[in-house]
Amino acid sequence: MMRARLENAGVDAWLVRLFDAIDEGNMPAMMALCRRCEAAFGEALVDLVPSYTTLLVHYDPLRLTAAEARAKLAGLLDDLAAGEESRGAEVKTLPVWYDPAVGPELTRLQARTGLSLNEVIALHTGQEYRVFALGFAPGFAFMGSVEARLETPRLATPRKRVPAGSVALAGRQTAAYPRVSPGGWNLLGRTPARLFDLGREGLSLLSVGDRVRFTAITRREFERLGGDTAPVAPLAEAAS
Amino acid sequence: MSQHAMGYLRVERAGPLAMLQDAGRFGTRRLGVTQGGPADLHAFAWANRLLGNAWDAAALEVSLGGLVLVAERTTRLALCGADLQASVEGEAIAPWRVVTLREGQRLSFATPVSGLRAYLAVPGGFAGEPVLGSLACVAREGLGGHAGDGRALAVGDKLDFGPDTGAPEATVPEAARLDYRRPARLALIPGAQVADFTGESLYRAFNAAWRVDARADRMGVRLRGPALNCRLPGLISEGIALGAVQVPPDGQPIALLNDRQTIGGYPRLGTLTPLACARLAQCAPGQEVQLVATPLGRAQARHRRFLEAMGAG
Repeated sequence: MMRARLENAGVDAWLVRLFDAIDEGNMPAMMALCRRCEAAFGEALVDLVPSYTTLLVHYDPLRLTAAEARAKLAGLLDDLAAGEESRGAEVKTLPVWYDPAVGPELTRLQARTGLSLNEVIALHTGQEYRVFALGFAPGFAFMGSVEARLETPRLATPRKRVPAGSVALAGRQTAAYPRVSPGGWNLLGRTPARLFDLGREGLSLLSVGDRVRFTAITRREFERLGGDTAPVAPLAEAAS
Repeated sequence: MSQHAMGYLRVERAGPLAMLQDAGRFGTRRLGVTQGGPADLHAFAWANRLLGNAWDAAALEVSLGGLVLVAERTTRLALCGADLQASVEGEAIAPWRVVTLREGQRLSFATPVSGLRAYLAVPGGFAGEPVLGSLACVAREGLGGHAGDGRALAVGDKLDFGPDTGAPEATVPEAARLDYRRPARLALIPGAQVADFTGESLYRAFNAAWRVDARADRMGVRLRGPALNCRLPGLISEGIALGAVQVPPDGQPIALLNDRQTIGGYPRLGTLTPLACARLAQCAPGQEVQLVATPLGRAQARHRRFLEAMGAG
């Protein structure tokens, strides 16, 4: 672990730079620092944004000066990795119906990689992922790192409308779209899971640091779980 | 919808964009939920201050005008921020003051004369069902606002608020009544990555006359001017604070505002202060702005004085 750096992020925030590179192993130390911030800042903590290698800490400037907040943070950085590894051991599972109707880029991946449809699905479901960050939209979890053979760049032209539940891949990251939104990731299939739900405790199905697996389900199971089978509209280029 | 909910203000014409905002949504950004809140914190807080409200009570953010509201009960209103040629039954109402709207009277907004966003506060603040602890309306996320689903005001909507407790009115001092047509000087706290910009780029950043681009909304405002060069390639995405000024490969900075995405991966020049964000949010496309390097300690002290003066904390 590199020596953490504290960078100012305005009148009420510090950015803690913990690591130099993306790594699944970063996340336990990141989550440990989140817990320490909650305990140490208490009421003065306004928001925390963990992301890959950094933690943005927002504090209340009426309770702490910038120098006080910095000193408090500096005192939390020792031995972050020690003894935290076993936390959050539960693996969450996202069921996915992999099918060209709801995952039109399955064919693009096959063409790029020379793999069969079943091999693509086997690679995507064959490993565990870590949630590095949530962003882009409420409940949108950036997960990695995808098997190198599946690495695929974003679409040249993003879709205006990606259906909710779409399971997607970009570079060596994978994610599921919590609600209908624009998006440029490669669509592989669809999950019936509700990823962001105001009625659920914790709101988001996935949190930073979580371990996640995808599992393939049939269309029938997908429908039984309440999934929407409406096919993805073809890309403009494909239609012409 | 509760039985005794009463509309006190009815929307007769919606205009391009009018929505409820309180101070913002906090504590859920790690789930990808953005902050929201008033694009102009200065005018928003003064509107509440005028009526003796809690500093963060929900007020109406009226962008660009076009809105017509009808009072179903006589009420006091505070109007701050942009001059959108507001009028009550044809009589012009200047901003930064309290007006009384009698039952059946119309408050109309026309088009911008100075600034883009006006703030309308009511006694006690607008009522509504908070979503994740806040009424802040964020259309992109479908969260908050008067309807709870992130939508802006529409014709026929009714806006509810509590009885007027008759809290004493304040006045806005002359110095705080901003004329948004004047060139804006925006305080920017240099960030850790300034050292990665070329010396020439840093000189330009703080000496050039920047122009507000047409691509400007509640997520962010692009500035046009000399290209800034950063030696860093794209970064790994990291949490983005309000006012972060990021520089994409085209060298044209983007100041990120209330509805920004929670994480992003471009190098940053630094962070605008909240009041600089507020000022920028009132600048029309083409307007000139300057970036003024400001030390963190001084910027924070100034912000704290503002919050204390508004009765926060």
